[in-house]
Amino acid sequence: MAASSSEKFKTDGTLIGNVTEWVDARFPLTAMWNDHLAKYYAPKNFNFWYFFGSLALLVLVIQIVTGIFLTMHYKPDASLNASGVPVAFASVEYIVRDVPWGWLIRYMHSTGASAFFIVVYLHMFRGMIYGSYRKPRELVWVFGVMLFLALMSQAFTGYLLPWGQMSYWGAQVILNLFSAIPLIGEPLSIWIRGDYVITDATLNRMFAFHVIAVPLVLVGLVAAHILALHEVGSNNPDGVEIKKKKDANGIPLDGIPFHPYYTVKDIVGVVVFLMVFSVIMFFMPEGGGYFLEYNNFIPADPLVTPQHIAPVWYFTPYYSLLRAVTYPLFGIDAKFWGVVAMGAGVMIFFFLPWLDRSPAKSIRYRGPIFKTFLAVWVVSFFILGYLGVLAPTPGRTLVAQICSVIYFMFFLAMPIYTKLDKCQPEPDRVTFK
Amino acid sequence: MSCDDTVDCGRRRLIVATAAVGGVAGAAAAVPFLASFAPSERAKAAGAPVEADISMLKPGEMMTVEWRGKPVWIIHRTKEMLDGLKKVDAKLVDPKSDKPMQPEYAKNATRSIKPEIMVAVGICTHLGCSPTEKFDPTLAIEPDWQGGFFCPCHGSTFDLAGRVYKSKPAPDNLEVPPHKYLGDAKIVIGDDSKGA
Repeated sequence: MAASSSEKFKTDGTLIGNVTEWVDARFPLTAMWNDHLAKYYAPKNFNFWYFFGSLALLVLVIQIVTGIFLTMHYKPDASLNASGVPVAFASVEYIVRDVPWGWLIRYMHSTGASAFFIVVYLHMFRGMIYGSYRKPRELVWVFGVMLFLALMSQAFTGYLLPWGQMSYWGAQVILNLFSAIPLIGEPLSIWIRGDYVITDATLNRMFAFHVIAVPLVLVGLVAAHILALHEVGSNNPDGVEIKKKKDANGIPLDGIPFHPYYTVKDIVGVVVFLMVFSVIMFFMPEGGGYFLEYNNFIPADPLVTPQHIAPVWYFTPYYSLLRAVTYPLFGIDAKFWGVVAMGAGVMIFFFLPWLDRSPAKSIRYRGPIFKTFLAVWVVSFFILGYLGVLAPTPGRTLVAQICSVIYFMFFLAMPIYTKLDKCQPEPDRVTFK
Repeated sequence: MSCDDTVDCGRRRLIVATAAVGGVAGAAAAVPFLASFAPSERAKAAGAPVEADISMLKPGEMMTVEWRGKPVWIIHRTKEMLDGLKKVDAKLVDPKSDKPMQPEYAKNATRSIKPEIMVAVGICTHLGCSPTEKFDPTLAIEPDWQGGFFCPCHGSTFDLAGRVYKSKPAPDNLEVPPHKYLGDAKIVIGDDSKGA
């Protein structure tokens, strides 16, 4: 749809026709509908992996709606109430116990947080196996990584709000990471906390970030992500450009309109997703202690540290990268380099479009080196995630160090091994049975 | 930029100057917002120096005062305790206090202004737990224990000068806060300015 159409609706005399014509003369309603849905031609060979983009959008809507209703009862206040419990913690208990249907809204929101990361990780993996980040879709990918960063900050700020023990001590550990930066570290972490320790000031600003600042950025980035995608058109499991073969009307031969074909297909995905989501939400909202950690059902206590501090599951691979660095370098201690490793572990995704030099985009036509490296990388990612929930021992730290090296080598060595790899020729058109 | 019939360079310069000045004004407008992130006057007041009266603190005892929401220990060390400090040097990460975990005036063998009085923030440098006192040298916390502190969370151990033992999760010695004496019996914690 490169050049956006300026189609206007011609009324057929009906009321709806008249209204549409009236609106179209004042707002590009029909043009937008066509550009993004009815005449947006997506490749006809989308498979299972292509559900997760629309599912991420669904979870975003769930989080915004449930979040709005939670703010109507939640109080970001660290002071103690008459029974000596922090007001913020008590307000979450109040939502779950006393607000009509509050338990459902709260668990929808907390389950939604983990669901968000599951679908986003799968969505990113789809991009990696089919080369969806490659030219001309670099900006689609870059906006996507920015969305991933925004999502991580949403998760972190949101986890502080219930003001439980894990909220408090998790934030203590993470915000203390900034103090590892040489020279400016200590004043910077005081500036971020707004106090010398984590207090009410910290809770209030994290609330502001969580309910308005970051969501605005998130929604803006989603718009940029989709606009960029619709400008260049979707990739597909074969990694070939459908725009190269068009019919007499300029419509890609292998393209089908997103609506109704993919809207209907995605509804199937939505139904299956909501079934799984509901089972977790109704029967195991704590997710075995991984979605909501048990220590977070104890009010925050600045004087007592829990025996074992672990982040929520979706952060554990990066937490492992942080802990894997145990050697000081250039006279700066290991804690700082751990922070650098964790940051680099996320930021390195930005460079993926320029690190990959393979002639083929899709894993279907790539050679054995890439396939092997990707498989080993996925295994390392899972091991790092598993180690992140455990207390470190010398043996575990060594395994985490090996996996961290694999994690980074997958990216850093990519310009070399993707050139050496023996790829099969890509087909002219998409394969579709 | 070339000046010709279609480009009026005088006006173009004016646009650039306006944009530059507007940009500076925009950046300046960010200052109050960024500054509002710093600790408020109330938070600073809660972080104000505290005074502790140590006239009743007997040798071998410790007291705890709260400063900036953190426990601060004041330990009155006996001669035996001070002798014990030298015996553990080889087992410590930073026996000479080379890392800046204390003010200059506490960078010495006892990490204190007066040898017998130790002042330290009672927060483990690992993940912020508060260690417990284990003064009794007969305890088997470490081989040849000379008395000190044990962190219940992840097992870090510290001597009676707050110096951390090797091969423990905590990387640094306990912090010595800025402090000064008002006469013999009073310590001000959080303020080490001369005069007044």
